[in-house]
Amino acid sequence: MIEPTGPRQPVMARKTARVIPDLTWRTITVWYRDARVWATFYKASLIGNLGEPLLYLLAMGWGLGRMVGTVNGVPYIEFLAPGLICSTAMYSATFECTFGAFTRMTRQRTYDAILASPVSLDEIVAGEVLWGGTKGFLSGGAMLLVMSLFGLVGGPAALLALPLSFVIGLLFASLSMIITARAPSYDFFSYYFTLAIAPMFLFSGIFFPVESLPHWARTLAWFLPLTHGVSVSRAIFSGGLDMKPALDVLWLLIFIATAFIVAVREIRKRMVM
Amino acid sequence: MTDIVLSALDLTKRYGSFTAVDGISFEVRKGECFGFLGPNGAGKTTTMRMITNHIPVTEGSLSVLGTEVMANARKVKSLIGVVPQDNNLDTDLRVLDNLLVYSRYHAIPRKVARKRAADLLELFQLDEHAHSPIERMSGGMQRRLLIVRGLINEPEVLILDEPTTGLDPQARHVIWQKLRALQARGVTLVLSTHYMDEAEQLCDRLVILDHGRILVEGSPKELIRKHAGSEVLEIRLREGEDRDECLNVMGGRLPDGAVAECSADTLFLYVPDAGDAMGQLDLDPGRTVLHRRAALEDVFLRLTGRDLRE
Repeated sequence: MIEPTGPRQPVMARKTARVIPDLTWRTITVWYRDARVWATFYKASLIGNLGEPLLYLLAMGWGLGRMVGTVNGVPYIEFLAPGLICSTAMYSATFECTFGAFTRMTRQRTYDAILASPVSLDEIVAGEVLWGGTKGFLSGGAMLLVMSLFGLVGGPAALLALPLSFVIGLLFASLSMIITARAPSYDFFSYYFTLAIAPMFLFSGIFFPVESLPHWARTLAWFLPLTHGVSVSRAIFSGGLDMKPALDVLWLLIFIATAFIVAVREIRKRMVM
Repeated sequence: MTDIVLSALDLTKRYGSFTAVDGISFEVRKGECFGFLGPNGAGKTTTMRMITNHIPVTEGSLSVLGTEVMANARKVKSLIGVVPQDNNLDTDLRVLDNLLVYSRYHAIPRKVARKRAADLLELFQLDEHAHSPIERMSGGMQRRLLIVRGLINEPEVLILDEPTTGLDPQARHVIWQKLRALQARGVTLVLSTHYMDEAEQLCDRLVILDHGRILVEGSPKELIRKHAGSEVLEIRLREGEDRDECLNVMGGRLPDGAVAECSADTLFLYVPDAGDAMGQLDLDPGRTVLHRRAALEDVFLRLTGRDLRE
């Protein structure tokens, strides 16, 4: 190792700051903090996680489903449920890493406190994203439970929806951290929810097949991360796992890696002055 | 050489064209209490936050226990304890959980963390509140908990940014007493403050900062003797009298060995002996004169000026 030779050395070190995040096992301590806080309120949190998808299934699946009949040859509620698992995971991770993370970063100064310990800022971001993934997993799990009560789960292959929920959680957690880094205040998130999350919810193939959209809209939908999540979920629940979802999974993983690196960069910009 | 726990050389922090800390150098010795004293905006907090690696150093070198802060942030952070100016306790967690979760960040084994947390809570008279939510604690208790959290990794150096700002007098005295107790146990204290009494009470040595530069360095006693003499006469000016007339107010000349300074409504005379000086002055008998010992505040105000800082 080359020892710093002059007073200007630190500036040089900063200019060449890594693109690759500075991560160690300490990441898990940040995840642990969030998990521990969640554990104290888990009952309320689980009721929320179970309640919303239940309402959607009742209103859309039963209510709207009666009028729609079948889609792609299956009853509407069976068509709808695999998509709702994905949106539940998306919302759960997004709330956690927008409102939740923003509160910890600004009002509660939790990041500032952690930064006085040997945990790095990159590890804080990673820990938050990991926790967002976990929230996606928990919500997806709650949804799966509701689905099984409705008799919508065919076999053990449906358990693959759990890792999928985790992956969707990671993706939207990373994306949310970018928004959080840029947010001047809580109001900013309403733009994000209206302009990004709501269209994602409506046009990624949860309520109707993406194939029924005009060609140009289908192309746009391909760029929505949730479309690929829904596509994988449908494959899981239809029992027909082939190569197509593999490409969707690859799409999701590449997106996560990119979004995470950008999130680390943006949070650094915001926190390191 | 090994007695130096913290050293800065030409430490500089710039934000664009604004220089917050302008090439300061200092050394903190093992076991002492070292203070940064200065008005708002002098660069105290910026300096503290460079030491704790919350903000990067623009120029110069800064090392803690022989380790360069910027080059080896994790190591430095494991060696120091930090008590921030703004309360950043984790309000989602109760008192004890705050400490246990924080000790995870420091990779302290669970059993050791429990023992340390219990001992420290007792030392800081917080043991009865171990399971209280943070919001239920008074400002003084929260500040004590911040200190406890800063000590959870058994640091050799504790960095405190304005440890008693905003506290009532009782709470301040408790914190001072606890800090002296820590110093007696061998912990090196580095603190910033704009309270003169705090600096006089706690600091073995201090620097006075203003506009990002160090104006003077020394022990409180040395600084008072050198920059404020031993006694002060405060002569109140009357309506219509201003700086130009100060000499007339004194009757035409300064007493021997005196230094005079004039603010908006008061003439300050720093003198070796107040009685002697009074004898030499030709003051109107009806005029209000206050006589007191020189204090650190006089050094501070003389060096940083009496302009309002906001």
